[in-house]
Amino acid sequence: MPTVSMTVNGKSVSAEVEPRTLLVQYLRESLGMTGTHVGCDTSQCGACVVHVNGESLKSCTMLAAQAEGADVTTIEGLANGDELHPMQEAFRENHGLQCGFCTPGMVMSALDLVQKNSDPSEQEVREWLEGNLCRCTGYHNIVKSILAGAQALKG
Amino acid sequence: MYQFNYQKAGSADEAASAVTAAEDGRFLAGGMTLIPTLKQRLAQPSDLVDLAGISDLVGIEDGGDSITIKGMTRHVDVANSDVVQSKIPALASLADNIGDPQVRNRGTIGGSLANNDPAADYPAAVLGLNATVITNTREIAAEDYFDGMFTTVLEEGELITAVRFPVPEKAAYTKFPNPASRYALVGVMVAQTGGDTRVAVTGAGQDGVFRAGDIESALSGNWSADAAKGVKMSDADLNSDIHASAEYRAHLISVMASRAVTAAG
Repeated sequence: MPTVSMTVNGKSVSAEVEPRTLLVQYLRESLGMTGTHVGCDTSQCGACVVHVNGESLKSCTMLAAQAEGADVTTIEGLANGDELHPMQEAFRENHGLQCGFCTPGMVMSALDLVQKNSDPSEQEVREWLEGNLCRCTGYHNIVKSILAGAQALKG
Repeated sequence: MYQFNYQKAGSADEAASAVTAAEDGRFLAGGMTLIPTLKQRLAQPSDLVDLAGISDLVGIEDGGDSITIKGMTRHVDVANSDVVQSKIPALASLADNIGDPQVRNRGTIGGSLANNDPAADYPAAVLGLNATVITNTREIAAEDYFDGMFTTVLEEGELITAVRFPVPEKAAYTKFPNPASRYALVGVMVAQTGGDTRVAVTGAGQDGVFRAGDIESALSGNWSADAAKGVKMSDADLNSDIHASAEYRAHLISVMASRAVTAAG
């Protein structure tokens, strides 16, 4: 089997996987990093969003082999020890999660938005979340969290 | 997914040779349709030849009265391009409304056109703006390129290297998206290029993208939203599914065309 190597949350990792292995399977099954979720498995729900080379994408619709040599950030790479990342903290403060299943993807997607647009409007946040579904339909507080997180990050 | 071999190509020629040499080879562009297709076991290629990393296939060139977009250019890069925004804003806005941000970060113009999904947006741009599809072996006029649902005239081992769009006098694309998938229930590109009026419709036709000749005739004499709206489209040969009936789609074509004319000015 071919070996796929990349950097995940700042650490070099490498594993032998079949070519058909998805990036999300590589993260969850080879590396044991289960923070990235598989919801729909059809690239619609966004629970599997991670950053590859600084941009958000759906890790259920990318082969691990396509990420060879890439710099990957997952939800596990955000907190500093016990100290939550400001966007995670904003989700906690604003009750931006109910069951929590979509949250890793929501947070990763939100961080891609704020790195492109540090002061998004509510409308821009809602449009950006096109590719992230919350089955609890908790969008209102998710949007509130992202707006608060964006302000916190601006400092 | 079934098993397959994965390889990366260093150039367009190398990719074409690799696909031709394989038992049943497929190009892998952004993978936004191909990977879900493989996951559902709807395809079983022996080899995937990844085009990512071929730098010659990425970029946007300003040719004065035309813009050339290389095949592996992603939707996000078309949407954010200063050249596309200033010369063909209709195309930038079309790209900015494909799927969702994560899809736009991966999906490519060449991949979308090779796939020719009957509800995809780019086919309407290519036909409506009278673009030329450039491959590793030839140039194909928009009129000749599309060959029915999910079908094009591309041959085995033929790779889209770029698409050349003439700059129109005016153009706009309006779509009525499926609220879940954001694919077009009906999407209409209207354009005036070199005195020629074109109206291309995606999402509605059973054979994929097509030109709405009746609306083109109406607009040729009278470029106005009312002229487009006044055309009653036939629902013969239109799609009917759980999202919309053929009759509803027929109605939407005139409405989307009229909104596009207003937007184009």
